[in-house]
Amino acid sequence: MFESIEEICEKEINTGKPFWKIVQEDDCRERAVSEEESFETMKKMYIAMKESALNYDSHIRSNSGLVGGEAGMLRQYLDNGKPLVGEFTGRVMELALRVAEGNACMKRIVAAPTAGSCGVVPAVFIATQEKLGLSDDKMTEALFVAAGVGAVIAKRASLAGAEGGCQAEIGSASSMAAAGLVYLQGGSGTQSANAAALALKNLLGLACDPVAGLVEVPCVKRNVCGAMNAVTSAELTMAGIESRIPADEVFDAMSSIGKNMNLDIKETGNGGVAATPTGERIKESI
Amino acid sequence: MNIFDIIGPVMVGPSSSHTAGAVKIGNVSSKLMGEKIQSVDIFLHGSFAKTGKGHGTDKALVAGLIGMPCDDIRIPNSFEIAEEEGLKFTISNVDLGDAHPNTAKVVMHGVSGNQVEVVAASLGGGRIEVCGLDGVTVSFSGECPTLIVHNVDQPGYITEVTSVLGKQGINIATMQLYRKNRGGEAVMVIECDDEISHETVESLSKLEGIMKVSYYSPN
Repeated sequence: MFESIEEICEKEINTGKPFWKIVQEDDCRERAVSEEESFETMKKMYIAMKESALNYDSHIRSNSGLVGGEAGMLRQYLDNGKPLVGEFTGRVMELALRVAEGNACMKRIVAAPTAGSCGVVPAVFIATQEKLGLSDDKMTEALFVAAGVGAVIAKRASLAGAEGGCQAEIGSASSMAAAGLVYLQGGSGTQSANAAALALKNLLGLACDPVAGLVEVPCVKRNVCGAMNAVTSAELTMAGIESRIPADEVFDAMSSIGKNMNLDIKETGNGGVAATPTGERIKESI
Repeated sequence: MNIFDIIGPVMVGPSSSHTAGAVKIGNVSSKLMGEKIQSVDIFLHGSFAKTGKGHGTDKALVAGLIGMPCDDIRIPNSFEIAEEEGLKFTISNVDLGDAHPNTAKVVMHGVSGNQVEVVAASLGGGRIEVCGLDGVTVSFSGECPTLIVHNVDQPGYITEVTSVLGKQGINIATMQLYRKNRGGEAVMVIECDDEISHETVESLSKLEGIMKVSYYSPN
């Protein structure tokens, strides 16, 4: 797997092969599989993501009772209230809730990169597919872009909340989604890298502080924030706005912040919102 | 790690380490048992014990033991399904000392009266590590075909076993050696790139000085 995004971008410039293809070829080498097999496996991931969003049931609740029904409430408001957000962003928010809530309620999801952050990539991707009328094959290519970014983050930093805080989960998911979205909007690999950098920069330092240690509060709603952040980062990029700090250096910064973070805010459930009086009360009552 | 560790696995939520990893521990344990399980005692350590209930870790372990993959939507109902299949199980908490925070000890009793004990940790992202097998410290991922050979701790066995594999064209990915004491019982854990045939496993177990051969296949 690649050590840097720069390496992939340079390869794109030198060979003329798109970012996603370079990531896929690396996968073929790594796992000794054909291009067709690699592509089909990734396509299955996208189909499974769509199913996780579309099979939402607003009536179910998580084991703890803390989560459930929010995506239904949001849809109700988007349709019948006076939302400030437009159709596309409203849909992104709704999809993120659908998937992340489904996860908390033991429904089938795709960890991307983790289960706790599983709503971010599908929310951005599915809403974009619906808006732009893109094929599943195109979406699969974008998923390779997202995976390539995630793989480099995993190499240079971490994708686990227990290691790097929530910046490693929602932050990474957001960075991956932003890169994929830029690809779907016709951007180059270098632009994808730019969006990945912008997205992760915005979420640096994010604590992983699940109430009662469960992937519910604040995780589910943070998926909405991560998805929206990916959209804004991609839009900034498509407007020509650049990240002054390159993606690889942002990933390194994430790694060093993760190391500096106190254990209490690294998925232990001992700090942050988990340690608030209400968080403690919830923990006692479960 | 590959890109499908980044995008994937497809799994039943809510936690790749507490739910998907737990299913996989159940899967690997049941395969290491090698026969139908009559009853099983499951012990949860650390974070598994603390937040296991909310994450469905208990249901996930039982689901894995009865052969469900980590994306089986029936995982939340695994207790009922296990009971229907006649599997008796108990779940309790345990303190395994300085073990990984997400560790489970699974003590299985097979229909033939055999007992197998597996200690495994969920490392995150659905990846696991088997760290104990019948009281012997081991370390393997459950992602590759794995051969576990118990032999007398004397010179020559490693060459003998690896040459059998070599002749079959089986490439070794990793190999670890453990022993309880010098000259006593030794254990080789060999992770391979390729599947090992039933015949090869049989012929290895018949070699002199080899006490037991277990084979685990992820497929």
